[in-house]
Amino acid sequence: MKSLVESAPEFSTEATPVFPTESPILQVDNLTKVYTLGGNPLTVLRGITLSVKVGDFVALMGPSGSGKSTLLNILGCLDRPTSGSYYLGSEDVSIMSDDQLSDIRCRYLGFIFQQYNLLPQYTVVENIEVPLIYQGVKIDEKTKSRCESLASLVGLGDRLDHRPMQLSGGQQQRVAIARSLANAPSLILADEPTGNLDSSTSIEIMSLLRILNSMGKTIVMVTHENDIAAWSKRILRMRDGQIESDTPNVPIPIPAGLRLIDPNVLINIVGEIGEI
Amino acid sequence: MNPLTIGLLALLAVVLLAAVATEKTRKSTVLALRSLWLHKLRSILSMLGIIIGTTSVIALMSIGEGSMHDALEDIKRMGATNIIVRSVKPPEDSSKRSFVALYGLKYDDMADFATIPSINRLVPMRVFPQEVRRGNAKHNSRVVATRPEYSEINQLDLFKGRFLVQDDDFLMRNVCILGSTTASTLFPFQDPLDKDVAIGQFIYVVVGVMKDRMPTGGGGGSQAAEDFNDDIYIPLNTARTRFGETISIRSAGSRSAEKVELHQVTLTVSDIDLVRPTGVIIEEILNNPRKHPRKDWALTVPLDRLEQAEKTKQRYSRDLGLYASISLLVGGIGIMNIMLATVTERTREIGIRRALGAKQRDIVTQFLIEAMVQTGIGGMVGVAIGIGLVFLLPTMGQMPWMIELFGPPGPPPILHQESILWALSTSIGVGVIFGLYPAFRASRLDPIEALRHV
Ligand SMILES: Nc1ncnc2c1ncn2[C@@H]1O[C@H](COP(=O)(O)OP(=O)(O)OP(=O)(O)O)[C@@H](O)[C@H]1O
Ligand SMILES: [Mg+2]
Repeated sequence: MKSLVESAPEFSTEATPVFPTESPILQVDNLTKVYTLGGNPLTVLRGITLSVKVGDFVALMGPSGSGKSTLLNILGCLDRPTSGSYYLGSEDVSIMSDDQLSDIRCRYLGFIFQQYNLLPQYTVVENIEVPLIYQGVKIDEKTKSRCESLASLVGLGDRLDHRPMQLSGGQQQRVAIARSLANAPSLILADEPTGNLDSSTSIEIMSLLRILNSMGKTIVMVTHENDIAAWSKRILRMRDGQIESDTPNVPIPIPAGLRLIDPNVLINIVGEIGEI
Repeated sequence: MNPLTIGLLALLAVVLLAAVATEKTRKSTVLALRSLWLHKLRSILSMLGIIIGTTSVIALMSIGEGSMHDALEDIKRMGATNIIVRSVKPPEDSSKRSFVALYGLKYDDMADFATIPSINRLVPMRVFPQEVRRGNAKHNSRVVATRPEYSEINQLDLFKGRFLVQDDDFLMRNVCILGSTTASTLFPFQDPLDKDVAIGQFIYVVVGVMKDRMPTGGGGGSQAAEDFNDDIYIPLNTARTRFGETISIRSAGSRSAEKVELHQVTLTVSDIDLVRPTGVIIEEILNNPRKHPRKDWALTVPLDRLEQAEKTKQRYSRDLGLYASISLLVGGIGIMNIMLATVTERTREIGIRRALGAKQRDIVTQFLIEAMVQTGIGGMVGVAIGIGLVFLLPTMGQMPWMIELFGPPGPPPILHQESILWALSTSIGVGVIFGLYPAFRASRLDPIEALRHV
């Protein structure tokens, strides 16, 4: 993350959150998901009840097949629950049409995937622009320079015209993070964001997510690794489609030596929390 | 321009505008062009049907246009209300080899023609080669013995003097008008007006000189090409007294000779609707076996050329419809095939776009634009090749192997401009129609499934 740093003061995890608020950003009630495989029902989520506050940083853990991704996809409005309710802000998402869900994804959500999922035909800047295009935003000099600043924010200011194929995994994931920020989302959903990365690159990515969280972005992240979950403020463990435990966590500090940019500068780039 | 053309033009403009109207469609267009460029060979192969289709539309429409134009030119030259009757040497009768055959139109026939009420002008002509002399200068001219009305049915541009007048004919004056080549050969340094020339044993006074006139092409086989510059015009009655009632032509090296009274009669009909009925009447008159035991005449109705040309054009349009619809169908299927492959290939991309907020209709639009860009570019390539063909065909048609394959070249094609519009709009339309299903399929993919696709 050296690229973020100029003469800014060392970032402190003790700093007060920029948007301290206790209201839930999402509220899930008795949520179930049943797949039908060859006529047999397969219950993947069995009655999930969960509430996430604005500004929280949740790590979702659990063994393979426990339903973490399924839950995250529902939270991300990519999938619909079989039963139960899901309120995002004050809106019941579980009854929305496909178009409305697209709108929600477009306006309020940012996604980070294990496989990065960049568009191979597009350059770094063009990839970051995609969410804006689907918002119907006119791409002008202003939005362009915003996307470029987002790229510099994740340390890729000198790779604006590279294609994903020309970047390392860590660099691609940083582009994905920059892209997830393009529409100034309120909620960032990450499914094993460091799953394909080595430990030092993982630290860079997690530091970045920490900073974003301290800016007020709510983050829900799926991970297998305790080292990664340690960066979060709250750890949820799942088993067999249910939440097994829900414990608060004191996030580990950003390692010394990773000097980061002034949050007030950052906020200009990352943008405010969207209203929900 | 007809309403259809204007409509198509508007449609084309709307489609093109839509392709660059919003950020989304603009991005899709750029992306489509990019992937076309990336997979050049694949694109060309999948566009082949469209390319062939549009090429044949342009080429065939232009050939049709060319033959139509040719026919109209012919009619302009020969006159739409004219009927031309010519003397034609009947098939040789081998048993009477040395017989001096009298054949062709008679003065009698002309008198018969004159009784037809719908005919308001008759221009008889005797045409025969003859040496014209002036002092030591000689020129092998074509003597045209005719009436003053000749000038009304041919565009004659006088350089000097006058053409024949009625009195020349009544009084059987020995006057003549020279074609430009005849004049310049006989009078290289002098003004020919009022000078004498000799045709046969008789002396004629030059009363007029014609302007240089471009030789006309053979009118679609109905008439031989004519070079008017070697002509010398004299009054018909003069010719009758000086050369006799029949003209004998003894071809070199042959013992047989030919005798003809009249070589051609051009009849002008009072109303264009009466041209064909009048033609039938003339045919009946000439079919009289007592007067014409053998078929020694030929009838040309320039108006028929129009019908011929319209038939040709219709035939081309019909062929065109067939070729174009087959190749556009094949082209459309090619595009559908490639689009289905593209959708499968890019399933993950679709998932990513959906996750980032693309609605189903955004995905439909993207793939429709992609299909339209393919067929649109294919159409443009086809149009370019078609236009190229239109300009190359006249030269290519002259090549021996082309003549062997397709026979002698027809009239040169003329670029049919509206067909460019048709070709482009139908190829884009094919893109829309055949792109719809793959695009729809892409949009119905489940975002999560699509994201999981490898
Ligand atoms: N589309 C589907 N159809 C049928 N079953 C599915 C489908 N998607 C997921 N499942 C099943 O749901 C269960 C939970 O899957 P999920 O991907 O949520 O697990 P996970 O906790 O994310 O596992 P991992 O840590 O390996 O990613 C699995 O048993 C899986 O087989
Ligand atoms: Mg998973």
